[in-house]
Amino acid sequence: MLDVRNARATFLRGTPNERAALSNLSLTLEGGEFITIIGSNGAGKSTLFNAISGSLLLDSGSITLGGEDITWKLPHERALSIGYLFQNPMKGTAPNMTIAENISLAYSRKKIRPLRKGVSKGDLDVFRDMLARFGMGLEDRMAERAGHLSGGQRQALTLLMATVANPSLLLLDEHTAALDPAAAEKIMGITNEIVAERKLSTMMITHNIQQALRFGSRTVMMEDGSVILDITGPERSGMTVHRLMELYSGRARRELDNDRMLL
Amino acid sequence: MTLFAGSLHLGLIYGLMALGIYVTFRILNTPDLTTDGSFTLGLAVSASMTVLGMPAAGLVLGIACGALAGAVTGMLQTKLSIHPILSGILTMSGLYTVNLFILGDRSNLSLLGTKHLFSYALAMFPGVGKDIVRLAVAALLVAACLAALSWFFGTHAGLCIRATGDNDDMVRASSINVDRMRIIAIAISNACVGFSGAVAAQYQGFADIGSGVGMMVVGLASVIIGEIFFGRRSVTAGFLSAVCGSVIYRLIIALALKSDFFPAYALKLVSALIVTVALALPAARERLRVARLRKEARRDA
Repeated sequence: MLDVRNARATFLRGTPNERAALSNLSLTLEGGEFITIIGSNGAGKSTLFNAISGSLLLDSGSITLGGEDITWKLPHERALSIGYLFQNPMKGTAPNMTIAENISLAYSRKKIRPLRKGVSKGDLDVFRDMLARFGMGLEDRMAERAGHLSGGQRQALTLLMATVANPSLLLLDEHTAALDPAAAEKIMGITNEIVAERKLSTMMITHNIQQALRFGSRTVMMEDGSVILDITGPERSGMTVHRLMELYSGRARRELDNDRMLL
Repeated sequence: MTLFAGSLHLGLIYGLMALGIYVTFRILNTPDLTTDGSFTLGLAVSASMTVLGMPAAGLVLGIACGALAGAVTGMLQTKLSIHPILSGILTMSGLYTVNLFILGDRSNLSLLGTKHLFSYALAMFPGVGKDIVRLAVAALLVAACLAALSWFFGTHAGLCIRATGDNDDMVRASSINVDRMRIIAIAISNACVGFSGAVAAQYQGFADIGSGVGMMVVGLASVIIGEIFFGRRSVTAGFLSAVCGSVIYRLIIALALKSDFFPAYALKLVSALIVTVALALPAARERLRVARLRKEARRDA
């Protein structure tokens, strides 16, 4: 499905602060697999997402999606098969356009007829059914501007937009982190439902370790631009938050020791 | 009556330009300075073609050349990543030479004695008053332009352009080519501006190389005045209010000139002041609100 091979990316290249953002990272995702990704700030999680979605080009290595080499494709070309949710609910929707217009842009991306009416009557019925599923009352507010919605509602709308064209890969970058606990719970529930129902191949970055173990079928831990832990199956189901934290800090301590030895 | 009729004519003709300004300033959210150059471009092309005996072709070419100038600015902005304001300035400066070339290395060209759009219309309806015929022609052109624009911005492509001005991250994530949308939008905007210049040339009967100076500010003033009267609503309402704003702007200017309130050459300064005040209003309102809150807090303490 998705195959990232020997990916390397560098920040601030050619300056004294040069830092490897991805160091020889390889990761393979099977069709329908739901991976959760954890790691400290600066571990390279978002960089990996940027590399997959195309806003960052690799120094070396390759990325294949659904059998097609996308290493050099432009972001908007990749977006045909990749749905992306940002942490910031404001980033996923156009605030001055109506809910229906927002969905319509995402909905018609695979069969673009530029001079066809932007939102047709038939589309509206389809959108209404899709929104009704969320149980947020959005289906009765389709003519309202998206900017009037709360963070949770906007993220629900973004989730719908990201998945409406059946992408082959869904990238979730801490998409519930900016929401209040109740809204976060609700959005996570809807996400899980959509992913399970459509068997979407999904990658989710989270800082909530409990969430990382509760959702999905595989958990990956990143550090310094590479994968340091990759658990699935029984090993994962036997894993506790406590044990994972221990593994993480154990690894961090070892690095400290190494530093001391160097000094 | 003539004063009122003249303002109405000019308001409608320059309203075509206000429509273009609305596209860049309000829909794309990027002020575009190409306007000053593309207005004169439309004017020069239209005047030259009229002298050659082809006034209708002059209008069509005015639109096409305006669109081309806009596309150049759009490419500078997107393909070469030059700052939007600077891109517009570069195109505008370059157009000065192009415009002089089109006018045949002259700074103005008179249409005296030639047949043009308005003289044809007058000949067609001999019994009707001059002002009414001119008004009808201008209104017809504006209506056609308005209808085309509101249709286009309701289509899928139009939605994409509106979203590009609103949130380009979201547009990219919806697999739309943001660069292409920007180029198309700026081209459409300057097509309107070029059209406005082309009609203006045949209305006033001459083309002058300096006609475009400050045109963008005049367009902004029209859009903003329209919004003061009609508020900010849907895109179609926005287009309509831009044209109305343009007419109101011309009326204000005509009244002020007539009452010897200020001399004719003060026009551009007044336009700049109108735009400045309108753009400063939200910030001024906020300052006033904070000052009032502070005063109340001090009194309660």
